[in-house]
Amino acid sequence: MKRDSDEKELNRRDFLVRSARAGGFIAAAGLLGYRLHDDTGARGLSSDEERQAVLADYSVPGTSRKMSIVTGQDRVTSVRLGLEAMGGIESFIKRGDKVLIKVNAAFATAPALSATTDPRLLSEVVRLCLKAGASEVAVTDNPINDPQSCFALTGIGEAARSSGAKVIYPKQTFFRPVTLPGGNLIRKWPVLVTPFEGVGKVIGMAPVKDHHRSGASMTMKNWYGLFGGRRNIFHQNIHEFIMELAMLVKPTLVILDGITAMMTNGPTGGSLADLKQTNTLVVGTDQVAVDAFGATLLGKSVHDLPYIMKAEAAGAGTADFESLGPARVTAG
Amino acid sequence: MKIVIVRRISQVFFFVVFLWFCIVSSLGTEWWRLRGWPVNWFLQLDPLVALGTVLTTGTLYSGLSWALAVLVLTVLFGRFFCGWVCPFGSIHHFVGYLGRRGKPLSRSLELNRPHAGQAVKYYVLLFLLCAASGVLAARILRLVFDTPPIFLALAAVTIVAAVLTVRGLRSNRRKAYGIFLLMLGFWTAAAFVIPLEQVIRSSLQSGLLDPIPLVYRSVNLVLLPLLDSSTRTLFVGQRYYEGAWLIGAVFLVAVLLNLKTPRFYCRYVCPLGALYGVLARLSLWKIGRVADECTNCRLCEANCEGACEPAGRIRVPECVLCMNCLDECRHDVIAYRTAPSASGEVLVPDMSRRGFVLAGVSGLAVIPLVRLGGGMSHSWNPEVIRPPGALSEADFIARCLKCGQCMRVCPTNVVQPCGLQAGLEGLWTPVLDFRIGTSGCQYNCTACSHVCPTAALRPISLDEKLGRGGFAGKGPIRIGTAFVDHGRCLPWAMDKPCIVCQENCPVSPKAIFVREHFATVRDGVVEVKSAEPLSIRIGGTVLKPGRYAAGDHYLKVSSEPEHQRRRIVANGEYTVSLSPEHRFAELPAAGTRVEIQVRLQRPQVDLERCTGCGVCEHECPVTGRRAIRVTAENESRTRKKSLLL
Ligand code: SF4
Ligand code: SF4
Repeated sequence: MKRDSDEKELNRRDFLVRSARAGGFIAAAGLLGYRLHDDTGARGLSSDEERQAVLADYSVPGTSRKMSIVTGQDRVTSVRLGLEAMGGIESFIKRGDKVLIKVNAAFATAPALSATTDPRLLSEVVRLCLKAGASEVAVTDNPINDPQSCFALTGIGEAARSSGAKVIYPKQTFFRPVTLPGGNLIRKWPVLVTPFEGVGKVIGMAPVKDHHRSGASMTMKNWYGLFGGRRNIFHQNIHEFIMELAMLVKPTLVILDGITAMMTNGPTGGSLADLKQTNTLVVGTDQVAVDAFGATLLGKSVHDLPYIMKAEAAGAGTADFESLGPARVTAG
Repeated sequence: MKIVIVRRISQVFFFVVFLWFCIVSSLGTEWWRLRGWPVNWFLQLDPLVALGTVLTTGTLYSGLSWALAVLVLTVLFGRFFCGWVCPFGSIHHFVGYLGRRGKPLSRSLELNRPHAGQAVKYYVLLFLLCAASGVLAARILRLVFDTPPIFLALAAVTIVAAVLTVRGLRSNRRKAYGIFLLMLGFWTAAAFVIPLEQVIRSSLQSGLLDPIPLVYRSVNLVLLPLLDSSTRTLFVGQRYYEGAWLIGAVFLVAVLLNLKTPRFYCRYVCPLGALYGVLARLSLWKIGRVADECTNCRLCEANCEGACEPAGRIRVPECVLCMNCLDECRHDVIAYRTAPSASGEVLVPDMSRRGFVLAGVSGLAVIPLVRLGGGMSHSWNPEVIRPPGALSEADFIARCLKCGQCMRVCPTNVVQPCGLQAGLEGLWTPVLDFRIGTSGCQYNCTACSHVCPTAALRPISLDEKLGRGGFAGKGPIRIGTAFVDHGRCLPWAMDKPCIVCQENCPVSPKAIFVREHFATVRDGVVEVKSAEPLSIRIGGTVLKPGRYAAGDHYLKVSSEPEHQRRRIVANGEYTVSLSPEHRFAELPAAGTRVEIQVRLQRPQVDLERCTGCGVCEHECPVTGRRAIRVTAENESRTRKKSLLL
């Protein structure tokens, strides 16, 4: 680079140019210092707080106390009859609704092992939603095992896609902190909320499974799969946590698949010997009532599952499912 | 079309195919995932892989026979692989071109002069091959030692040689024979002295520098994961690889050195290139000068990739067939043909005898030396958990190329490149780390064992992995065993309920079972002030309201029998309420001592069922140093570590 030689006399023009340049630097440094100055230091989680998300209430007004119990062996007909008994899916899903289905895809196991939502049942529900005019149906879960493997091996991914729904895999960026108002446990906890964006109706679909820590895994516990982060620490206080889950998520419908129940070795199962044909499928709007009934399929009572009593006490629903006058249907 | 254009097309083609194979080496349902794509093809083409594994195992595994085709083509055409196929070579070629561009001709000529350092790669090759030959050498020793006629004949030859050498031989050639015979004798004598058990060690280390495993490893474990984070399309989440920085650094240095000297790696380091170089002397077609019309303009060297001096005495082992000289020569005196070059050829690599002996002997010695540490025998490292299907450690090390295919394909990212945990030899071989992955080793997955190009992880069926069907008698493949750390486990050490590990254990019946234990909570012994059938009032201690309402707490009247506990459903500062089915039939008198107890389920591992999959370790909420950890004890690849009778 060429430089002015030092021998030359400093003329006035050069001097002015140089002074202006120096002045500009000083001004820029001052401005930068002013703009960047911070006298409180790092503010911890403040950015998280700003990004906090809330889950809406997805229940349909006036349907809060509906339930049907179908006896049958075929999931597809059973769910169809169950919904009909509740006034048809049209009374829940309206034309143009965007629907989100939270399945249980926790483990990368074959559908025959009943540890996850049954793919044919899922297909039928997706089909019914679309028939009722849903503009879009999405299926999601944040499984315990590797997500790709889970959605593939359980047949859920394929079932969703082939029946016209899209699968939303849990990406890191889809989680945002959520707080349950008045909750003790769910506070600024990362929850899979992106799939809920723009959604009008939410359906929870879970199988009936034995669960050593909580007693049973059914529709309320199924929402656990929406959580991210170090969610396993909630096992310390699992009953209260499940109660808070039921307070946090207010679905349009829940579908509890007890056609085959996992009686032992839950919630992973892994062997056909862990299963029993209980030939019952429950559809309802009150997840507490649905689970209270589901407990009977495992030969348990609501007293064996403290979270049910807690959820009832907290106002998430009723444990006395008979009080809803459930429709009882038999599917061939 | 000009020959160099054809060469470039070939380079781009093979490079793209290579990248494609790396991308599709992942599990998923999309068409572009692993489904019959021959993703190991470049590794199988690699004669160094083939030769190395033949030396260590005596066999050529499955697709590795492709290398024979490459060998045949090399003997026909020379080092075409380097200049036309090798993906790593193409990177060097391109970057070297960038580095050379714009430089004056004189500088390019200087950069492309043959350099004595080019011999280094032959020493590297020899070192690596010798490190792989211990077992073979020991076998030969055995043969000599155990067959008296051979032994006696060799001994006689030795004596003759010794006598001849002592009497002084003038001609160089005979001196060389003398030395050869002497060494043979030494070898024979060594059979008596050296304990063979110490020599029977070979280790496949060629993958460290062999360009094909190196480039697979770099793309799999460094470049693609970087891409994952930016596009998030190749995998659902970010992939992590322990010590990826080192793999990346080696790659980067190798690539950037091209800016200094074109094809630095190929010229000075590459053991595969060296192997081709040794063979190139046999090749039918060679680059060379046609006649004497050469004006010595040296333009042909301006872009000579191999630094082989095509217009002078061409170094045949160095020529990578880039064909730039052919293209560059204005006088048409350079040709690719069967007749030898008019200006003479150098056919053998420029190695010194001393260097040869040094590289060979140190190669043979290094593995026994490394194993003196005992890591392969008694002091094996329990943290080294190999993927299911891994052969026993010594056999595994004799095959693993460190190519990283298994680490790339693993759906949960638990298969990681080893650092030095498995000793020097184990660098970049696969180990499982349950903290880094997205889950443990998946119950229904055998992907890594099927992708492994050398059967270091032998292909296993799901039935074999899980011990089903025909394998029911043998039981499942165990990669280790989970141990509960009673000092860290929440129910064991902290009186907190948990059993996440039990919940997630995928085996049926579960390998983790629980023992129920009731522990009196801190300050939990209180006195009854008054009682009703479903609640009591206490005095003294103040309870935190709701604290014991979680469904896990019980009231135990001290005077009542052990098994009689009443579940608490709520508590205030001075009240404790009971679950209806646990009402008092007989109210406890004021002053009765009662205990508030927490019901704990404490995890226990069943040695017979635990496969070491690590799902429990991954899920344990004590996320720093886990409260349940898998170590290699009881892994099924060797009886030595078994804990079962
Ligand atoms: S074990 Fe893994 S790194 Fe080693 S050769 Fe096989 S696939 Fe490559
Ligand atoms: S998951 Fe960890 S803390 Fe919980 S019970 Fe198992 S070992 Fe203990």
